[in-house]
Amino acid sequence: MSASSKSPWIVHYNCNSCNGCDIEFVACLTPMYDVERFGILHVGNPKHADILVVTGSVNHRDVRVLRNVYAQMPEPKVVVALGVCTSSGGIFADCYNIFGDVSKVIPVDVYVPACPPRPEAMIDGIVQALGILERKRAGEVMPSAAKPVLTLRPTAAAEAAPAAAQAAEQGNA
Amino acid sequence: MTLTPQMLTVILAVVLGPILGALVSGLDRKITARVQGRWGPPIIQPFYDVLKLLRKEALGVNRIQIIYVWLHLAFMILTVVLLAMGQDMLMALFAYTFSSVALILGAMSVRSPYSRIGSHRKIMQMFAYEPVLILLIVGVYLITGSFQASSVAQQPLLVKLPLVFLTFLMAAAIKLEKSPFDIATSHHAHQELVKGITIEYAGPYLALIEITHFYEIFIVFAVVASFWATSPAIGLGLAAAGFLALIVVDNVFARLTPMWMLRYMWTVPLTLALSNIIWLYCA
Repeated sequence: MSASSKSPWIVHYNCNSCNGCDIEFVACLTPMYDVERFGILHVGNPKHADILVVTGSVNHRDVRVLRNVYAQMPEPKVVVALGVCTSSGGIFADCYNIFGDVSKVIPVDVYVPACPPRPEAMIDGIVQALGILERKRAGEVMPSAAKPVLTLRPTAAAEAAPAAAQAAEQGNA
Repeated sequence: MTLTPQMLTVILAVVLGPILGALVSGLDRKITARVQGRWGPPIIQPFYDVLKLLRKEALGVNRIQIIYVWLHLAFMILTVVLLAMGQDMLMALFAYTFSSVALILGAMSVRSPYSRIGSHRKIMQMFAYEPVLILLIVGVYLITGSFQASSVAQQPLLVKLPLVFLTFLMAAAIKLEKSPFDIATSHHAHQELVKGITIEYAGPYLALIEITHFYEIFIVFAVVASFWATSPAIGLGLAAAGFLALIVVDNVFARLTPMWMLRYMWTVPLTLALSNIIWLYCA
């Protein structure tokens, strides 16, 4: 751990979110979670930031702003996308105003899927981003993160697996 | 070339000044966090911040703002050198003021409205605290008969300048960007004004501003300690008490408007400082 991963400054951009993720994200700053103990600061200025936290699906008006915010951040920088909307468009995906997910506009390094993610999951995502930030600073070219898989309902295989395990247990007994 | 004790003092002040300033700043963040019921960052967090910023990409809007941010640092170091050498306090104040002016000019050289608003507010802050600093120097002159910074070591100034000491603490709250005066650029509410005067500085240039701020913290608390320069223990005690008082004030007050600050600083503290000076002059 070097100085850059001990002082990650975050700029938060809300694309088209329902504010659920934003409220949970701001909760990370409260005495309950207190992310400042890791040196994490929530700055309002992309020029001072190391990590861009994005919430919500991107709409047509956001595209330019999001690109601009990302471009203004000095290297090395990472992007953390919070919530399902950032990876798929979420519940808003089919709306007329939606451009798509965040990876259509800027490269995403860490996805934290859920609706909304718990503050613990968000902090975990940012800690993962710190590792990527460190490797980017060392000059490594990091691939964008794979999108989380969207499961609308448990698949037949997932449903069958616990049943099979139960049967095996009963057999042993 | 041999090192005279004076040169040694200057070198120590220039090298240790920002380190002490950074530690005080880290302590401030820790204590503030504990006051708010949080654990808070480690005390050496400001060092991590500056080291990180120095290694980031150097993004600048134009060349002028970069020249001015270097001047901001250079004149602050000059102030430390002048004070450590025991030179003329008026000259030190001039260098100190130009350091702030350089930051304002740098922030004015870009088109960002937030940067401009931050600069305007910084000018208001300078309007607010400069008379107090001048009166402090006048007070020292009335006691010691000299404008030399080395003259403060002769006797405890606090005995004769109690009201000026109080007003200097109020000026220090402005200098260190503490509530209710943290209007030009705030350490707490980054979303207001988007850090104001420092908005267009990124990476290493922001680190230069941070280092200058550490020098500034060092100067402010060195001046507080010099109110009892005959005994280092009492001087340090004064500095510690002033530091805690500033943190408490920072945490209990809301941020107020620039005009309120100007009205306040030109009435209550200025009257206090002036009555102290009049009393010194007549006594």
